[in-house]
Amino acid sequence: MSGLGLRSPVMVASGCGGTGRELAPFTDLDGLAFVTRTLTSGARSGGPTPRLVESPSGFLNAVGLHNPGLTVFCETELRWLVRAGAQVFVSIAGSSLAEYAELSRSLGRTPGIAGVEVNLSVPDPEGAGVFDAREPYLAASAISVVRRELPRDLPVLAKLRLDVSRAVETARAVSEAGASAVVLGNALPAAMPDGRPAGLSGPALRPVALRCVLEVVRALPGVAVIGAGGVESTDHAREHLRAGAVAVQVGTALLHDPTTVSRLVSDLAGAPHLVRGSDSDHRDQHHHRDLHDHHAPDPHDPGRDHDRRTDLRSPAE
Amino acid sequence: MPDVVPTRALPDRGPVHATGEVLATRRAGAYRVLTLAVPGIPERFRPGQFVAVSLDTAHLARRPLWIHRVRATGTHGATLEVVVEPCGVGGRWLSALPQGARLPVTGPLGRPFALPRESVPCLLVGEGYAAAALFSLAERLRDRECPVTMLVAARDEAHLLSALEARRLARSVTVVTEDGSVGSRGTAATHVGAALDASGAPVVYAAGAASTLAVVAREASARGVSSQVALERPMPCATGLCHACVVPVLGGDGGVLQVRACLEGPALPGDRVLWDELG
Repeated sequence: MSGLGLRSPVMVASGCGGTGRELAPFTDLDGLAFVTRTLTSGARSGGPTPRLVESPSGFLNAVGLHNPGLTVFCETELRWLVRAGAQVFVSIAGSSLAEYAELSRSLGRTPGIAGVEVNLSVPDPEGAGVFDAREPYLAASAISVVRRELPRDLPVLAKLRLDVSRAVETARAVSEAGASAVVLGNALPAAMPDGRPAGLSGPALRPVALRCVLEVVRALPGVAVIGAGGVESTDHAREHLRAGAVAVQVGTALLHDPTTVSRLVSDLAGAPHLVRGSDSDHRDQHHHRDLHDHHAPDPHDPGRDHDRRTDLRSPAE
Repeated sequence: MPDVVPTRALPDRGPVHATGEVLATRRAGAYRVLTLAVPGIPERFRPGQFVAVSLDTAHLARRPLWIHRVRATGTHGATLEVVVEPCGVGGRWLSALPQGARLPVTGPLGRPFALPRESVPCLLVGEGYAAAALFSLAERLRDRECPVTMLVAARDEAHLLSALEARRLARSVTVVTEDGSVGSRGTAATHVGAALDASGAPVVYAAGAASTLAVVAREASARGVSSQVALERPMPCATGLCHACVVPVLGGDGGVLQVRACLEGPALPGDRVLWDELG
């Protein structure tokens, strides 16, 4: 299994980092894991306004995969992001398996990217005109197609829905199909006040996402999990990391406070974030070293286990 | 039509996110005017730009506010004034802030008004609290020796913003209210044609409701006048991240582009906005 090569356990979630340029005044992008907005083969102008509506402890969004298309993205946004030093994970969604293959072939020839995230969690796949990956075998099919077209050492993240009853099943399927990690999750299916399909994101999702991470980590100890959903503080990030996630993605919080990621990266820097409780102590040790080669303390350093125990004893900041 | 130069923000003049302090709060008719000390924002501000404030984390959408005035000096350094209409959750929350309150503020945001290269007459059309966006512009134009005419409009006297201040800044001011409580009866839309003809301005700047801006742009185009409109859209993040405040505009190649009001705007050339498709 390929390592993710993350320099920090904090990533920018898809769809909330703009093109990167807008985030740059508030966050140093150099070395930051940045997941792009979801790209499709052709440009999409997105849905009608209003696209984002405030909801109790969350946002309802119906942006509709607004994006310039993969080709234009590679010429403009990607080039800029790579120059800025970001670790760019390109998020993709296809309307068919053939489109996933086409997108992946193109990305396989694109230098400078750190990985690919496959968006299998669009809240309204039919309305968005994307491949419906709600069934685990369909999600796995998409990952198989993507994996086949990309270099073996390029990480593939499978972003899954927070539909808790199928999360473990889907995580297992995509992992067996070649996903390097699963991202849990995306906006939950919801509706705009006017009845249009939408996705709910933000603090309202936090406990749902954490539950999802816990279930997958416990059921599938060999699968790398990235937590996403309502993370806005260092404590929230630590909740996911203590649950066994290898990283967190920050999305909606950036719309409220554009400095959130830089604050979290700074707060978590230098602290061993890979804190495992008894439930996950039997996870594959080699795998985790591989994921965190860039920042983990020397595994031969006797102080490493001591640090971890210290964190477990006093998890709160 | 005069050559209008976009005043792009330089990289070192980008937005900052900082904690602001409410130095003063006062009533101005139906509005509240907050004087804020926010390090870095007044120094970077250019007319047409705005700030966004965050409420609590239960209310995620950020509230964009027009900058009414920037004071270069003061006990607390440079300060800025924003105008708040006490409507909705955010408006009421902001209006109730006491002196000394602290809140996260991001700015200056957006692309400022493009200014004429030469000293030409300019017409400024402001409606309601959005007229706030035009006062610092009037100062800047006056500094560039552009004769300024202002048309300020509101539904009634209470919603009329700083007509006295307008008279200080402009050579000529027309005041209109829908109920006729002060000035002429009417709206900015019904008076803009006459104001354009009377001023002879080759460029008009406008801030107000989208329906008013559409009329201003149309009346300007009909006369071969350049228009710059400060367009308000729902801006949940106000920093360009979320792509929620898109505006359909006519691209250079004749195609339709979706630009973000918070980033590529809020000041946009009125003749490029596809008003009928704005939604």
